[in-house]
Amino acid sequence: MLESSNDRNHPPELNDNSSQPNETPSAELTTEQAIANLTHPDLSLRYYAAWWLGKFRVKTPAAVDALIAALQDESDRTELGGYPLRRNAARALGKLDDRRAVPGLVECLSCEDFYVRESAAQSLGMLGDASAVPALLLLLQDGLEAGKPVLGRPHLAQPVEAVMEALGSLAPGTQWQQQAIDRVQPFLNHSVGRVQYAAARAMYQLTGEAQYGDRLVAALSGSDINLRRVALSDLGAVGYLPAAEAIAGAAAENSFKLFSLKGLLERQVRLAGALSPDALKLMDLMDSLL
Amino acid sequence: MTLSQPQNGHPTSVQPLIDAIDQADSPDRLVAAVQALVAAQQEAGIPTLIRALGFNNPGAAAIAVRGLVQLGKAAVQPLLDLVDDYNYGARAWTIRALVGIGDPRALEELLAAAEADFAPSVRRAATKGLGDLHWDWLPEGDAAQAQERVMTSLVKISQDTDWSLRYAAIGALEALALSANPLRSTIEQQLQQIAHQDEDLAVQSRSQKALQALTAT
Repeated sequence: MLESSNDRNHPPELNDNSSQPNETPSAELTTEQAIANLTHPDLSLRYYAAWWLGKFRVKTPAAVDALIAALQDESDRTELGGYPLRRNAARALGKLDDRRAVPGLVECLSCEDFYVRESAAQSLGMLGDASAVPALLLLLQDGLEAGKPVLGRPHLAQPVEAVMEALGSLAPGTQWQQQAIDRVQPFLNHSVGRVQYAAARAMYQLTGEAQYGDRLVAALSGSDINLRRVALSDLGAVGYLPAAEAIAGAAAENSFKLFSLKGLLERQVRLAGALSPDALKLMDLMDSLL
Repeated sequence: MTLSQPQNGHPTSVQPLIDAIDQADSPDRLVAAVQALVAAQQEAGIPTLIRALGFNNPGAAAIAVRGLVQLGKAAVQPLLDLVDDYNYGARAWTIRALVGIGDPRALEELLAAAEADFAPSVRRAATKGLGDLHWDWLPEGDAAQAQERVMTSLVKISQDTDWSLRYAAIGALEALALSANPLRSTIEQQLQQIAHQDEDLAVQSRSQKALQALTAT
């Protein structure tokens, strides 16, 4: 079983389906079968069914219920003690827009499997329910200790990137906003570039201050292509308008730049309409990247 | 030895420039050699520029594409003849060169790339290119028929699952509507539908922008 997680960013060209076998909703599985397969004796069929329900966004209550139940699965274990089915179920629930999944996902934040905690944090961020904020804040309570690498494993003590990302979308405007700022801020100086960016991104969302958006813009001229891609994704996620030209001119594949500008455009359209001067300018930039 | 006439009227041999490309023993020298051949702007250099698309050196390939686009029409038939169906990277650069030139003789190649290429980036480039073909390079009757085929293809791509392809198709439909009057109302209807129904706000917005551009002309 793979011990790597899905990337928290989703570059359009390089990721998405590459790690999973099937792309089209084919005749091989129906919604009913997929739900039934979540308790199939063959563990690989359970794992696949959980992924499938998320991939094809099967939002029926029965699917959501079955996935919530799968968050407590005890049968599917990796050699290292991980819970593959729980991970996939947690990821899938983030895509199904059903807030009934929130309590189960919050519980997953204390699972011993790092990747279950990471998937749960990502999905909680996507579901948009601010009641998850206190539980997310707990994962950062040890300060930078939470961001220390675990010996012999390819991850940190806590999924701090996913947690900060979730806090950035859930905590603004809540009673926990200041606490989130206090817990995220130290990670601006974390030794790992992408953790810094995740912190800058969350800080921008929590404070609205340009200095944090500008940190991500500065990251676009860094020397590591992977980090430039991460910064593009982060800028797109927060829709930081002053970054538009820098995004279009960044040394990265057009796919990543288009995806990033899409985030800026959609935020701008929500704020000022599709034909506002800024939106039109963004679309001209996007056209030039096709 | 190939001799040809440069624009300034002095006979120049392209062969040494071609030899320099074949003898280049580092990526930088290869790029410089391709650059020199491009600067000569000689039709005799076209096959070598096309060969440079397959050297797996993105810098050299990008310069060769620019050179081929500058040479324009003269490069189209060789590009179509020499397109390497077995070297994916080279094929992608060929498509970009054909898009840059915009000769409608490349229609079949571009339609195939737009509808079903392996890489979204190539599909996007080909899709956009379908909107920018020089229709006036075709006899009038042929143009109308080709434009209708392009519209059918673009409408199909405007329903692709990848938002970036739908986005690219809209710009191409906008350009097509501006150059093909008989198709205009059909395209406008399609754009209206996208502007209201597409699941991505960015795609909806691009469609509104296209409709605005069409109303303004």
